Amino acid sequence: MNNSAASTSSGSGDVPAPRRNSNRPKYSRFTQQELPACKPILTPRWVITVFTLIGVIFVPIGVAALMASNKVVEIVYRYDAVCIHGNTKDEKVAYIQNANTSKTCIITLTVPKDMDQPIYVYYQLDNFYQNHRRYVKSRNDAQLKDSDKANDTSGCDPEKTTPDGSPILPCGLIAWSLFNDTYSFSIGNQNLTVNKVGISWKSDRDHKFGDNVFPRNFQNGTMKGGASLNESIPLSQQEDLIVWMRTAALPTFRKPYGKIEQNLRVNETITVIIQNYYNTYSFSGKKKLVLSTSSWLGGKNDFTGIAYLTIGGLCFFLATAFTVVYLVKPRKLGDPSYLSWNRNPSGH
Amino acid sequence: MMKRFVYINDDSSQNLYCDNRISNRKYTILNFLPKNLWEQFRRFMNQYFLLIACLQLWSLITPVNPASTWGPLIIIFAVSATKEAWDDYNRYLSDKQANEKEVWVVKDGIRKHIKAQDIHVGNIVWLRENDEVPCDLVLIGTSEPQGICYVETAALDGETDLKTRVLPSSCIGLTPEQLHKIKGVIECPNPDKDIRRFDSNMRLFPPFIDNDLCPLTIDNTLLQSCYLRNTEWACGVAVYTGNETKLGMSRGVPEPKLTAVDAMIDKLTGAIFLFQIVVVIVLGFAGNIWKDTEARKQWYAQYPEDGPWYELLVIPLRFELLCSIMIPISLKVSLDLVKSIYAKFIDWDEEMYDHETMTAPHAANTAISEDLGQVEYILTDKTGTLTENKMSFRRCCINGTFYGNESGDALKDVELLNAVINNVPDVIRFLTIMTICNTVVPVRSMSGNILYKAQSQDEDALVNAAARLHMVLISKNGNSLEINFNGKLIHYEILDTLEFTSERKRMSVVVKDSEDGKILLLSKGADEAILPLSYAGQQIRPFVDAVDQYAQLGLRTLCLGWRELKDDEYKDWSQAFKEARSTLVNREWKLDEVCQRLEHDLEVIGVTAVEDQLQDGVPETIETLRKAGINFWMLTGDKQKTAIQIALLCNFISSEPRGQLLFINGKTEDEVLRSLERVLLTMKITSSEPKDLAFVVDGWALEIILKQYRSVFTELAILSRTAICCRVTPSQKAQLVELLKSCDYRTLAIGDGGNDVRMIQNADIGVGISGREGLQAARAADYSIGKFRFLKRLILVHGRYSYNRTAFLSQYSFYKSLLICFIQIFFSFFSGVSGTSLFNSISLMAYNVFYTSVPVLTVVLDKDLTEKTVMQNPQILFYCQAGRLLNPSTFAGWFGRSLYHALVVFLITVHAYADEKSEMEQLSMVALSGCIWLQAFVVTIEMNSFTIFHHLAIWGNLLCFYGLNLMISAIPSAGLYTIMFRLCRQPSYWITLFLITVVGMGPVLALKYFRYTYRSSAINILQQAERSRVATFSIRDLDSQLKSIEKDVGSLASRNKFKSSVYEPLITDSPTATRRAVGPSAFDFLQPAQSRDDQNAGLLEIVCMLTE
Repeated sequence: MNNSAASTSSGSGDVPAPRRNSNRPKYSRFTQQELPACKPILTPRWVITVFTLIGVIFVPIGVAALMASNKVVEIVYRYDAVCIHGNTKDEKVAYIQNANTSKTCIITLTVPKDMDQPIYVYYQLDNFYQNHRRYVKSRNDAQLKDSDKANDTSGCDPEKTTPDGSPILPCGLIAWSLFNDTYSFSIGNQNLTVNKVGISWKSDRDHKFGDNVFPRNFQNGTMKGGASLNESIPLSQQEDLIVWMRTAALPTFRKPYGKIEQNLRVNETITVIIQNYYNTYSFSGKKKLVLSTSSWLGGKNDFTGIAYLTIGGLCFFLATAFTVVYLVKPRKLGDPSYLSWNRNPSGH
Repeated sequence: MMKRFVYINDDSSQNLYCDNRISNRKYTILNFLPKNLWEQFRRFMNQYFLLIACLQLWSLITPVNPASTWGPLIIIFAVSATKEAWDDYNRYLSDKQANEKEVWVVKDGIRKHIKAQDIHVGNIVWLRENDEVPCDLVLIGTSEPQGICYVETAALDGETDLKTRVLPSSCIGLTPEQLHKIKGVIECPNPDKDIRRFDSNMRLFPPFIDNDLCPLTIDNTLLQSCYLRNTEWACGVAVYTGNETKLGMSRGVPEPKLTAVDAMIDKLTGAIFLFQIVVVIVLGFAGNIWKDTEARKQWYAQYPEDGPWYELLVIPLRFELLCSIMIPISLKVSLDLVKSIYAKFIDWDEEMYDHETMTAPHAANTAISEDLGQVEYILTDKTGTLTENKMSFRRCCINGTFYGNESGDALKDVELLNAVINNVPDVIRFLTIMTICNTVVPVRSMSGNILYKAQSQDEDALVNAAARLHMVLISKNGNSLEINFNGKLIHYEILDTLEFTSERKRMSVVVKDSEDGKILLLSKGADEAILPLSYAGQQIRPFVDAVDQYAQLGLRTLCLGWRELKDDEYKDWSQAFKEARSTLVNREWKLDEVCQRLEHDLEVIGVTAVEDQLQDGVPETIETLRKAGINFWMLTGDKQKTAIQIALLCNFISSEPRGQLLFINGKTEDEVLRSLERVLLTMKITSSEPKDLAFVVDGWALEIILKQYRSVFTELAILSRTAICCRVTPSQKAQLVELLKSCDYRTLAIGDGGNDVRMIQNADIGVGISGREGLQAARAADYSIGKFRFLKRLILVHGRYSYNRTAFLSQYSFYKSLLICFIQIFFSFFSGVSGTSLFNSISLMAYNVFYTSVPVLTVVLDKDLTEKTVMQNPQILFYCQAGRLLNPSTFAGWFGRSLYHALVVFLITVHAYADEKSEMEQLSMVALSGCIWLQAFVVTIEMNSFTIFHHLAIWGNLLCFYGLNLMISAIPSAGLYTIMFRLCRQPSYWITLFLITVVGMGPVLALKYFRYTYRSSAINILQQAERSRVATFSIRDLDSQLKSIEKDVGSLASRNKFKSSVYEPLITDSPTATRRAVGPSAFDFLQPAQSRDDQNAGLLEIVCMLTE
């Protein structure tokens, strides 16, 4: 205490005792903000190298992706327009909603190239909003998995219960609107078997849909949505439902219908008998039948390949441009004379 | 009622006032939750988040689980509530300790031990040596026969010297037994927080004293939290207790300061909020239209024909919730966290540790470090701030004879020593005044040496100098004073002390020589306070010359004078003085008036000159900070000439021809106005020339200006980069700070003494120097440092880094929130504008709280330039001052970047994961991964230096993202079950991410490179220069060597120059001028623009972080 004033006194022999010594900062590289650090700066060489490198990596990947995509043989057939009677939308809707009309529709597909098995059969819907807020939430996962929770229909509005109040299983709009077109394939007069087992995710069958949960009161309401379900088959084996319940994020989507485990040769003609039940006419949605092989990148999709090639090309272009600019107009890095306060106008 | 009457030792009147229970607590157990929540919800941000969280409880509209907002919200609230609770608990503990301390109190005539909290007003409290005073007491008895005691007031005002407290005259000589029975009444003002004043009276009841009214001052009190020292015991009457003590009243929560950066962030938050509202309205509209036109046709959605009345609101509210993440909930937490780390870095800084006084820097206010980097004006005190406040007696002039002019040290001047030995009367008188006329307390130390406890460093210097000249002040006990002069003991009786006040600017004592019984008035004070009082006919010219001469040398001068008083005269006056001292109203003014009646016809005997050395590194610090574009104003109570000399010495102003001083003076309003307008005109004319103009104004003129011509002065203040205000009072200092603040400048006030406290508290940033004048300033300040020179580091290193870091952190926080929000908005166009969330609740919460918050925190270790480079190129601070790194245009850059990145992520994801792969969970995870990768690279590309922590946080975070999601993907009940495993096995996932990263970062890198190389900002150039230092280092080294040589030459030259006393106008070719001419000093584009908006716009080298 008192040293601050006393230390100025003359003739005093007292040495001021160290004050507040504990306040002394402890030195460490962290506390002094002096941790070893590397400070990369954007030198032309570094940037040009990076862009060149990206180009070098991107172009081969792009070529590979494009090749993979090209190898995929795909047959897409839009059938919603041909499999309907009526010209106006109302007529179409009336036709599709009439339970008594025949919905059978026969189309033929020609195989453009050899297709090796397995050939995946997809149905594709356009303009169908499985991601609609009202739709996507209308399900109850607990009910699907657990037989004890069959009555748990919370969140399933407006397809919770039948008008008499018994709970629907599976409840909710998603299940209710289950896709119900069917396809049968034949080449010549030989049936083409479509294997519908294993089209859904195994994890869904094992853990999301119970093997002792059976459909109940399904499609018994006043309004019939989509497909009905066989009440004697547990949900875990209702693969069409499982696939449908994996909602799509985009309004255009494909869902697996089955697999053709047989090679198809070029120019073979496939006859498809379509039962065109599903109503996409009221909202002008398209329905397509897709047969496709697959590659290491999945189905036919040129986007990745083209994007990679474009970006690779752009990177080369940038690298070249930077090099040219660097050579034409070199600028010394870190020249202090560039600093505005060193450019002294008065000439000192 | 303005007064309280305290009845001494009277139990019946005790309960009128509160007991002595101290309570600093903000909360009680019962009111903690409501009060704390109320306090937290006063913030707009918190209200906003609460509203969002409440809306989310409505399941119809919530796009995600309410937990994603409630979780973080509760965590944030819990953290700050816990902190408050912990602080409050500690306050409770310390209160309890103080309240339950045992003290001796007289009850029913006997001394009893009671708890401190049970003391009531009127109780007599006994203290022993080293006891803490439990409440405010009026001293009525001590062990010392002279009726004095010593207290240490460090806890109250930070001053560490011992102060003398004296018994009221009517209590002198009472025995302890009498003190037990004493009765009386004290009339005192209601509690206030002025620790310098206690204007009251005491009347003792019979049989103790003749019914005389005895005046009391602050000298008769023992205030709470002081310690009794060097006194065996003392006792006093409790007058203020509990929270009504002077200390309790002055406790208060200072207004929280808001930094410019905070204000900017608030502004940007407001803008984003508006943007959000617009988005919500537009999308809400679109959603409702889409619903009515399209969704009704979608039979699978089963829209009811007519919905509830609120149907129109549902979709807009859903979008409001979806967009609520635009305002990052983590921003406040992150900012608080990094700010406290900045403050810690200041506390820890070894290079700001003052080895001499062993003081570490301290950031008391942890929230305003960024402001340090944006300082535009520094208002500095002189004494103790620029100078050491370590006074040494250098020269004196006694009756026209100059001593110490040759050697520069009067104590070594043989003539003076001879004069002392030869008993030259004037010299003896001079020394006597030096020795007696002060408030210094001599204390004998253990080893027998005499130590002087002085409140004023000047007095300390004078007494010590007198002691060296064989006039030693030995003891001062109450009214008697003992001097040893050349081995001869001389006794004096102190009759009255006419105290120093800043208005009077002088102090006097009336003493009686014990030998011959003569009564003497001894005065010392500022020249203008003493010289006019000289007797008619005295030649004061020599003294005026002496004062001038000393002032030019930057010495502090005091004039000494004396007069012999006649017995009658003294008696009459003494009566009046006593009366004035016991008035309750306007006491100070009345005392002034009475004192003036005595202080006249003095014989001025000499002038003392005391040197206050400049602190180490002051000129360099000022020069560096000036280069950094900071303007300096010096506000000092000292004389104009002294101030100007000190200003010249420390590079504050330059001498002619580079610099020019403009004086504003005058005694009347007209004169002042004319002078002010002339200065303003000159300033306007010369503002284009590269000249350093400074105006000088004194306290008198300033008083008139601040009252009458504020607007003209404001105009001048904006034009002027340097100003010297001398003879200013503490409140004027504060007013000047306010004036600059009102012009929208960031001000920093630095000072060391109690007179700087108001200025420090008013400024945007207050810096206190833990100096010799006590810790008062340091305690009131936001930052305390040991020496002025550390200011350079505080601003250039800590302030600048803090600003840069916060600028990045805050904008980045908005960027990452906007990024995810834009993706949600794009997705809504693909989901029928129905307000579906692409991301699930867990991902959203983790994204905000975890994945994107952790890596960016490493920004606290980021350094764009090394400390050395910044110190060498202080001009770089301009980027911080002008707010170049955080303003609407840089923010627009980040906004654009987030929009671009959202487009990239969304479009690539949607195209790569189209058709059979477009499963919701997968697609959303691909988009989320894209965001995480992009943000990792954004942090990487925006960081300037990489320590091990950066790598850990950035790449470790990326690994954590995968680790965590793989873990969640292993839980069968989770929505994400198997998703991450699936994705990680797909080559297309990695190819898509790679594509997103390159498309997202490629343009950013290219643009950054282009700017870096071809549109380099000064920061970039210096970064490059650091890299290629080998080349430039030698040049710079040479340059600095050159400068140091010049400085040496210059300082030699300056000595001679001062002797030739050319000072006004400043035509000398002083060292500062030479240095400035050579050194880089042109501020072409760095010239601070007058309007802040100008600075933001139009400058090519803007360092905005725009991407596209």
